[in-house]
Amino acid sequence: MKILVSVKRVVDYNVRIQLKPDGSGVLTEGVKMSTNPFDEIALEEAIRLKERGMASEIVAVTIGNPAAQEQLRSALAMGAERAVHVVTPIAVQPLNAAKILTALVKREAPDLVLMGKQAIDDDCGQTPQMLAALLAWPQATFASRIELAGRTATVTREIDAGLERLAVDLPAVISTDLRLNEPRYIKLPDIMKARKKTIETLTIAELGVELSEELNVLAVSAPAARRKGKRVGTVSELVMALKEKGAL
Amino acid sequence: MSRVLIIAEHDGRQLSLSTARAVACATALEAEAVEVAVLAGAADDLAQRAAKLEGVTHVIVIEHPANQYPIAAVWAPQIVALAEGYSHILAPSTTFGKDLLPRIAACLGVPQISDLMKVITATRFERPIYAGNAIETVEAHGIIVATVRSASFKAVGESGAAPIERKTLSVELPGHTRFLGVQASSAGGRPDLQSARIVVSGGRGVGSKENFERLYALAERLGAAVGASRAAVDAGYVPNDMQVGQTGKIIAPDLYLAFGVSGAIQHLAGIKDAGTIVAVNKDPDAPIFEVADIGLVGDLFEVIPELQRQLQA
Repeated sequence: MKILVSVKRVVDYNVRIQLKPDGSGVLTEGVKMSTNPFDEIALEEAIRLKERGMASEIVAVTIGNPAAQEQLRSALAMGAERAVHVVTPIAVQPLNAAKILTALVKREAPDLVLMGKQAIDDDCGQTPQMLAALLAWPQATFASRIELAGRTATVTREIDAGLERLAVDLPAVISTDLRLNEPRYIKLPDIMKARKKTIETLTIAELGVELSEELNVLAVSAPAARRKGKRVGTVSELVMALKEKGAL
Repeated sequence: MSRVLIIAEHDGRQLSLSTARAVACATALEAEAVEVAVLAGAADDLAQRAAKLEGVTHVIVIEHPANQYPIAAVWAPQIVALAEGYSHILAPSTTFGKDLLPRIAACLGVPQISDLMKVITATRFERPIYAGNAIETVEAHGIIVATVRSASFKAVGESGAAPIERKTLSVELPGHTRFLGVQASSAGGRPDLQSARIVVSGGRGVGSKENFERLYALAERLGAAVGASRAAVDAGYVPNDMQVGQTGKIIAPDLYLAFGVSGAIQHLAGIKDAGTIVAVNKDPDAPIFEVADIGLVGDLFEVIPELQRQLQA
């Protein structure tokens, strides 16, 4: 069984983001970048399936600028066999990412696509479902447990009401939630070994993908700040302050 | 003029409050038609509830055994078959809407807007990015498909009386996805986290599953729901559906009381719209104090019993 895993280069989750002064976006120059944490969970799950003998090959893919190669090197060091980098100077929005991934799926013919449930930069959370739609494949989003048996995946999903179980026929797209696993740390020897693995680079034109019109981003601004609060020293003061606000 | 289709979220018995909030978003679009699609196995009660939501002009019922559970791959082709003539398709930005709407948008070949938090015009909207640390203003063309951030809209009232229409669609439904069951976590009869007026919340500082009982007791005293930070869920103190934050639930209670929650930006993303935020933490430098309206540096195990005592007095 072959698994395709997508990874995205994003601003590290610990960074306090800064806005560009002209309101056109978020500063990424000179900022620590990392692999989207949900994508690392997807990759870890693929590697565990391979370690249990349930997968034969893992292909990591990314769509992004040349620097995103770093994310593929990490994926190769973690355990992917091969990597494909669709190089695009400008970030694409989810529908176009899904179109590009559709073309990659047709080329690679995986049995399973594992993806993070959302990227922590744009917080869209759309690409896995869009990819499943374009391929007319089943989808199982927000997975916290994946069990494979034959050509069926049984997925436990973290939903607002609790935990849902869904069975999907393969091939399928599964998006991963936080509690599916804890990704391993990459060891130095693995980084060395990963240098020998290949990263194929492609352009959107080479894949024959025609991009569709995206949302027009007019501005990126700071959220409304909450007014400054106050400290109290005792529980009595806390109760009094709550009563003053009419909050109790 | 706008014609809005809202996909009703329900559990087979009740419409979610988030659906009434999505109707409020449609009202903000100043639409000439606000129609609610109720897909269900048995839809009568649900349709009647949807018809009462103020601002709704029409309820469309699609009853089918396959619609008993909201399987995105089953529901999406039906919504796509209904979509013609609408300018907007909306659903709540809950796990339900987040699962379903991108699939619908992709089938329609249009982008999707996630977590719509403010209507500027019928085609311009605001939405949060980077865990709410930045706000993006976007403009869409063509049919607009969006999930509505529930915490940004107040639910509409229930004094409406819209007509109900049954429709039968001839759509081929896929059989590749099967619903096996839902394990609902017991909230112990407490109010629903996403609609409660008061939320008591705990983080890693609570220390154990057993210690969370103290929060449940305080919540009962206050008639509050109970939430948690990711750290508390990861540690197994509470089930996943109690998680508040960027990737959990986004809530807007009048009062949010956080005990032993450090306040990672991912958690703060879930509580920005709360009326009053109270933080109790041993660490005076915990980031939660930066957003708290009232902060108390102290041991939650001393504060909670004292708070209970004073509330009883």
